[in-house]
Amino acid sequence: MRDLAYFEAKFEALDEIMTADERVHLINGTFLSLSPHRHVYQNLQKKFRERMIAPPISELGFCGLATGAAMAGLRPIVDLSTGSFIYEAWPQVANEAANAFSMSGGQTRVPVVFHLFHGLRGGGAAQHSGSPQAMLWNVPGLEIVIPSSPRDVKGLLKTAVASDNPTIFVDHTRLLDIRGEVPENDKPIPFGVADIKRAGGDVTLIATSYTVQVCLGAAAKLANEGIDVEVVDPRTLVPFDLATILSSVEKTHRVVIADETHQSCGVAAEIAARIAETGFDKLKTRIRRVSTLDVPVPYSPPLEAHIGPTESRIMDAVRAAVA
Amino acid sequence: MAANKDNFKEVIELLRRMWLIRAFEEKVSSLYAERQIVGLLHLGIGQEAVAVGALSLLRNDDYVYGGHRSHGHAIAKGADMNKLMAEIAGRATGYCGGKGGSMHIVAKECGFMTATGVVGGTIPLALGAAFASKERKKGQLAVVFFGDGAGQAGPFHESLNIASLWRLPVVFICENNGYAEFTPLSAHTKIERLAQHAKTYGIPASTVDGNDLFAVRDAMTKAVASCRAGKGPVFIECLTHRMRGHYEGDPAKYRELSQLAEWKKKDPIARVARALKSKKAFTDAQLEAIEMEARALADKATEFSLASPWPSEFDVDSQVYAVT
Repeated sequence: MRDLAYFEAKFEALDEIMTADERVHLINGTFLSLSPHRHVYQNLQKKFRERMIAPPISELGFCGLATGAAMAGLRPIVDLSTGSFIYEAWPQVANEAANAFSMSGGQTRVPVVFHLFHGLRGGGAAQHSGSPQAMLWNVPGLEIVIPSSPRDVKGLLKTAVASDNPTIFVDHTRLLDIRGEVPENDKPIPFGVADIKRAGGDVTLIATSYTVQVCLGAAAKLANEGIDVEVVDPRTLVPFDLATILSSVEKTHRVVIADETHQSCGVAAEIAARIAETGFDKLKTRIRRVSTLDVPVPYSPPLEAHIGPTESRIMDAVRAAVA
Repeated sequence: MAANKDNFKEVIELLRRMWLIRAFEEKVSSLYAERQIVGLLHLGIGQEAVAVGALSLLRNDDYVYGGHRSHGHAIAKGADMNKLMAEIAGRATGYCGGKGGSMHIVAKECGFMTATGVVGGTIPLALGAAFASKERKKGQLAVVFFGDGAGQAGPFHESLNIASLWRLPVVFICENNGYAEFTPLSAHTKIERLAQHAKTYGIPASTVDGNDLFAVRDAMTKAVASCRAGKGPVFIECLTHRMRGHYEGDPAKYRELSQLAEWKKKDPIARVARALKSKKAFTDAQLEAIEMEARALADKATEFSLASPWPSEFDVDSQVYAVT
């Protein structure tokens, strides 16, 4: 089996997508944030220069442009780079793109992808570390994709571009260098299919994005303590695969949810509510959340490390669940 | 452009379209007064020359984006009045199945891409349609209508800059009707003519009498030619006035009655009719027949709408996501 870095798998996807479909344009960033692997973007530029567009710093303008271009038949992928910058484009994303299909009675399809890097990144402080996916989950009409592995980023990106709906592609800079298996000629990964990243029988540990990787580390350590953790990655928030999660809970009867959005009305809150509503009878203990504390993200490294869903906080929550 | 014997037929057709809009919107107004329809309604009575003057020069595959006061733009682009009225009445037979309503009309079949309830909201969307047009190289263009209120909003400025930078085929049409919602433009900006902004961004711009059908047509003729020739965006500011309040039910006490009387003298429909009569092209009876025909169609649209079923609540979530 072939092994690729996350950023390589992602760019393999972009290359294959752009080769297959001339309607696809890349707008704005490099899809790499400040990663040192800029050469892969430049390699892509050599092939598709005319379809890789660098707009002025006008998030509202170019997200609206991409939305309008999608309405008129193109399939743009916008890189907002730092996730917090999507706030600059909120009216076009949340009030135009998301509403268009319903508001038009199904006349207008908006096949646009908004790609962004969310979360704690090391010194990003409050304005460059946002995780807007929870707010966006509160906007009907958007699909939300949140990969955690090289194989997933490739397969999900392909499905995102093929989708006729506005799709938020939530990425994380701390994933870019992670390595993993990516089969040649892998199939696109359908939305709404959760993935069991690690099978286990004692606790269902649900996580998204980079936190999946943190949870896998925690699970390996907890195994030494005799706790057998099952790590479940929903991979897409919209649509959401509750069935896979419930069948895991049926087995473990215990749930911990770890996620980098802020705790209040966060991703973990919504997942917890869905499990409680439909799977309460399967639970033997209360659901536990490990989210980012409800504070603006601080700059200083020890403070930043303290507020997120760290390995130790996750391990504590799992231990408490089985206690 | 002026009415002359070579273009009488064309001018009469334009007049007919202006009457369609006027009759339609007057009907909407009375239906609202009778509480037969509800909702936020913004009428453009008095602004018909802008919609018809500008859009009568477009192809079916050109893209048009409107604002919150856009019934007229949809009709001028060729929207079906029955489906439009049914949408405003919230019925299942409306363009959007009753999910959009007055402020969110979409008539994709004729290229009326969307209106919006957000001031300035469609300006970036029109850029996108222009971007797609440029890529496709079939000579299509995008037109976007907005009011003077949009000139102070972010999407206006970001879009003008990008359109100019990338020479996108988009015509920005500012319907400067003097009032941004409830306050005069002077309360919003020190800029007197919004065309000034376009010039700042390097976009050819003109300010025309928006109640003069021929002046709007002339400006738009040049703009369309420029866009189709790949010369980039054009900005047209049309000075006009809405004869109704900001929304139906707005007492509009911020406006002097004398001001309204002045604008009434400049009624765009009456001006075209006068021009035709002065050339002895048309009799009063013939002009009246145009009005009557328009009113009959508005009545028909009303009957169709009010006889149409309400949407089923079982369909409320049927169009949130497209099935790919």
